[in-house]
Formats: sequence, structure tokens, C-alpha cells
Amino acid sequence: MKKSIASLLLGTALAVTTTGAAFAQDKTVKIGALSDQSGLYADLGGPGSTLAAQMAVEDSGLAGKGWKIDIISGDHQNKPDIGTAIARQWFDVDKVDIIVDVPNSGVALAVNNVVKEKNGVYINSGAATSDLTNAQCSPNTVHWTYDTYMLAHTTGQALVKAGGDTWFFLTADYAFGAALERDTTAVITANGGKVVGGVKHPLNTPDFSSFLLQAQASKAKIIGLANAGGDTTNTIKQAAEFGIVKGGQKLAALLLFLTDVKAIGLETAQGLNFTETFYWDMNDQTRAFSKRFSAKMKNGAMPTMVQAGVYAGVRHYLKALEALGGNPHDGVKVVQKMKSMPTEDDLFGKGEIQPNGRTIHNAYLFEVKTPSESKGPWDFYKLVGTVPGDQAFTPLSESKCALLKK
Amino acid sequence: MQALYAQLLVGLINGSFYALLSLGLAVIFGMLNIINFAHGALYMMGAFVAYFLLNLGGINYWWALLLAPIIVGIFGMILERTMLQWLTGLDHLYGLLLTFGIALIVQGVFQNYFGSSGLPYAIPDQLRGGMNLGFMFLPVYRGWVVIFSLVVCIATWFLIEKTRLGAYLRAATENPTLVRAFGINVPRMITLTYGLGVGLAALAGVLSAPINQVRPLMGADLIIVVFAVVVIGGMGSIMGSIITGFALGVIEGLTKYFYPEASNTVVFVLMVLVLLVKPTGLTGRAA
Repeated sequence: MKKSIASLLLGTALAVTTTGAAFAQDKTVKIGALSDQSGLYADLGGPGSTLAAQMAVEDSGLAGKGWKIDIISGDHQNKPDIGTAIARQWFDVDKVDIIVDVPNSGVALAVNNVVKEKNGVYINSGAATSDLTNAQCSPNTVHWTYDTYMLAHTTGQALVKAGGDTWFFLTADYAFGAALERDTTAVITANGGKVVGGVKHPLNTPDFSSFLLQAQASKAKIIGLANAGGDTTNTIKQAAEFGIVKGGQKLAALLLFLTDVKAIGLETAQGLNFTETFYWDMNDQTRAFSKRFSAKMKNGAMPTMVQAGVYAGVRHYLKALEALGGNPHDGVKVVQKMKSMPTEDDLFGKGEIQPNGRTIHNAYLFEVKTPSESKGPWDFYKLVGTVPGDQAFTPLSESKCALLKK
Repeated sequence: MQALYAQLLVGLINGSFYALLSLGLAVIFGMLNIINFAHGALYMMGAFVAYFLLNLGGINYWWALLLAPIIVGIFGMILERTMLQWLTGLDHLYGLLLTFGIALIVQGVFQNYFGSSGLPYAIPDQLRGGMNLGFMFLPVYRGWVVIFSLVVCIATWFLIEKTRLGAYLRAATENPTLVRAFGINVPRMITLTYGLGVGLAALAGVLSAPINQVRPLMGADLIIVVFAVVVIGGMGSIMGSIITGFALGVIEGLTKYFYPEASNTVVFVLMVLVLLVKPTGLTGRAA
């Protein structure tokens, strides 16, 4: 018995030293870009997100320093069960270190649990729900680009303050829509406004006319769109058809992406106000990146903020690995390192990752240009205002994240 | 109460698309015995052809209503000649699998080149604006869709059930050998019929382009509902699919009013109920 305990201890000691040695030399990384590759969010993330991750790897210059970094991609089809199955296989079989992107809040929250269980790294750029860094925060997760709290406190707040004090919600019937409606409602009531009604529609609805008629009948000043991607573009187009804006009601596209504006067309989209944290035509650095990105996209598309977030997130992750001197294959450790370093890149500028995993950077209020103002195929936005990161995102004092309780 | 009337009207508009698409499916199934799963993809192609005609050729909506069904119909006839005709006499399942495969390929190719969020197609100038009906604001374009598709549906029904050409067609599917003995080219007739069914799908695609985005998956999203419509109406029944198409649009519209969360599933619940009571569908003939 004594002998076996001694050999066990010796074995453990040996294992610890060899892992330590292996870690110092291990310069292999495997990145999994998990996205909606073919459905209603494919253009805002999808293949473009995989490309953004590839560009981040190339721009990191780590290949020249002996690192071997592979990227694989997967299609979660907007189904949480498929998303978690892919994530599990990636960790168990393919030995993936990090999962990036994951639009669709339902899938994102499900994958969040898997990454935590497998001690991987999770940089979410595509999903909106603020729960990722709040009630369901995880030591393995960084939420990069935007969230529902930020959307509510920028677009929502600006509209209420401009006199839009009665709201009717058109809400996508899943985790994202619920979170966005909840966060925006809080802002509306806090600013003296009132929600007079709402309707929940199934994800991926081609026809919104019934819902728009209900919104019209509610006589609310603002019709809040708590949906995204193809659902938002269809709502806006059909709202124009039913004369909603001409009838005096205002549409609040709480979440709108560059590719959505392209799909709606400036004729219909002009004048819409919304918030993003990245636009390709902000400065020389964003333009340079976006042109390189666009040249590699099959349809020449400029990057959305989600794709930009994937790029910036992967860049920061690789910086952290480089600072660690190798890949420890330990998610919590890498995320701690990422949080300890300020973020800075060409696309989002300077920022930081808060202890709850929330990345803080500026948010921008935009207005869609009129067709005559637009000078090119992707020239869509006018900058209306800038909201500093510390005002746009959840203050730590309000966060319910368990990581903050010491 | 006013809102209810409005929902009924909106339901009728969606019903027009269901009716046009299920009509094409019924024609193809009735004449070729093929469950055409590519119908959604061909509907999508109709919308894309209209988009190309406008943006590459400067050809407007009105010409697209005529040209897109012809172009996509010809594509359909090529499909029939090169692939589907080999399935004559085989089980339905083969046709279903082949057309499903075709649909996946066509959608995949379009998605690869045009992404998934779609392209805008403006409402033609003549049909812009709307009128106040007292209980709702009706966009002129949507009113046009209802009237136009009703006319097309009735014309197709008339062509197949009441004309000499339709009689040949029906006879050719009942007894091809006999009809051939009269000197009628049955394979050509079958090809033209498939072209007609496909043309109807493409026509629905052009009609839908200004309302929905021109998207590669626009047909995939719709086709399952349309199949449910066809099953409820009775496979192969022309009038059955027209009436069920409009009726289900209305029922779906009402569900969106009373319980929106169920609007995507109500059609399937109805399908189950109908099949439990009458397995051949409401107006279907026994196989």
C-alpha cells in the first residue's frame, strides 16, 4: 500500500513537471469558428467570421515565430442542440482551444455552458444577450462586440429622450428577443416612458404584416424591433409598405447590421437610427482592414461589427497566448491573462475586458444615409454620436455576475 | 373587430402565395406523379430572375411577370428532360429525393454567390402607396397580389379541367399508351406540364420579390408550409389546392392575431387533424 502511494505521488510529480515543460514549448492552437453558416444570420457572421479569424491569425505574425494555428468552422443552424453537439465534439475529438463568434443568443448561452465545462476559451462576438456577462457569466467567456444592455442604453435611450415615450415591441421569440425587450423596457420606464403592448413572433418569419397591423393599431409612438438579421430587414421593408412611418409612428431598429442595410436598400432604410460598435468607414485603419477583408469575400462585402469583433477578439487572445509564452490549454488561465491586458486594435481602438468578461469600447449612434448621400456600394452610415464604453455597457455595480463576488 | 377584418385580409394575401405554389405542385403531382421538392428553389429562382432582369437588363417588373416564368419554366423543362423523365413508373420516393437534391444544390449555389440576407427589389411605381379601407391600410401592391393570383389560379384550373388540351393531359396521365396511339406526343406533353408547374412557382417568386427580400432561402422557408397545404387539400387536386391555399393563409393570419407564437405550427396541427379524419386530404381522391 505504502509503495503504491509513493509511486502514485512520484507519478503525479512527474506528470506535473512534464506538463509544465510541454506547456512552455507548446505553440499549437486550434480555433473553432462556430456560426450560422447558411441561415438568416449567415451574412453578418458566417463565412465572414471565419475569414476574420484567419486574418487575425495572419496579422498576429505568430506563424513566423514557430506557432501552428489552425482554424475550423461549423454551422450551428441556429439550433442550441446542434451548437452544443459541435462544441462538444470540437473539445473532445478535435482538441479545439477556443470557440469564437456564435451569433444567436439561444445557441450562445448553451455553448457558454459547454465551454465552461471543458475549460476552453469562448470569445463571443455574434450574440446579443447581456446574460453572457451577467446572470450566466463564466470565467471562460469574453463577450466582445455588443450586447442588449448596450443597445437599450444607446438607441433606446436616445429615442425616449427625443420624445418617443410610448412603445410597442415586435420581439423575436427566443433568448435574444426576450433579453433585448427586457433591457430596453427597463430603459424606457426609467426615463418616464411606457410600453403599451407587444407581440412575440417566431424566429425567421417571412411575413410581418399581421404583427405590423397590431403595432399600428396600438398607436404607440415607437415600434421597437427586438429582432435581428432577416427578421429585421423584412419588418422594415414591410413597415414601409404599410405606411407605418408615414402614418407618424417611428421604427426603432434596436439591432441593425451593415448587411441588413444592404439588403433593405437605402431607399427604404434611409433615416433609421441605430447603434454599432464598428463601421468600416470610421478611420484609415478600419478602412484598410475592411478593404483587405472585402477583397477576400466572395461577394465583396465589407465586414460587419460581428466579424470585426471576431478579428479583434482573436488578435487579443493570441496576444495573451504570446505573453504566456505558450498555450497552456487552460481556458480560465488564458481568459485571466486576456482580462489583465488592456485591449487595443485597429478596429475598436483602446478598451478593456471587465472581470465579468464584458469588453468595453466605444459605441456609435448612426443614421442611414439617403440614396443621394451615398457615394458607393457600401457607403451607408452617418455618425450621429459617440457613447464612451463606460456609459454604454453594464456598470460593474449593476452586474449580477457571480465572478464579481469575492 | 376592425383588427380582425384586417387580419383576415392579410391572411388572404399570404394565401395567394400558398395557392399559387400549391397549385403548381398539384399540377405536377397530378400529371407527372412527382412530388416536386424543388418547387421552393424554383420559386426563389423566379424572384432572382426578376432581380437580374431589372438590374442587369433594365427590364421592369411587368415584363418580369411574363419573362421570369418562361425562363425558369425552360430551366424546369431541361430538368425534366435530363433527369426527372427517367423516374417514370418508379416509386414517388425517388422523385422526392431527386428534386430535394436539386433544391439543395440550386439553393447552395445561390447562397454561395449572393449570401443569405437577400437583395432589395422595389415595388413598381404604378403599384406604390396604399388606400385606407377604414379598418386597415391596404398597400396597393398586396391588393394586386390577391387579384392577380386569383385570376392565374382560375385560369390554370380552367385550362386543365375545361379545355381540350387539359383533357389530353388528363388522359395522358391516365393511359399514356392509348393517348399515344392517337398520335399525341406524350413525353413532350409531360415536359410542357412540368414547365407550366415550374412557371407558376416562378410567377409566385416574381410576385413575392417586392414584398420579401430576394433571398436564396425564401423558397426553403415556404416549401414545407406549402406541402402541408397540398396534403391538407388532397394531393393532385387542382381546385382543392387553390381553396386550401387561400383558407390556410386566412387561418394562419388569425392565429397571428390570437396567439402569434403558434403561427408557424398551426398549419401542421391542421394537417394532422385533417389526415386523422380523412387520410386523402379534404378533396383528394383515393390512391
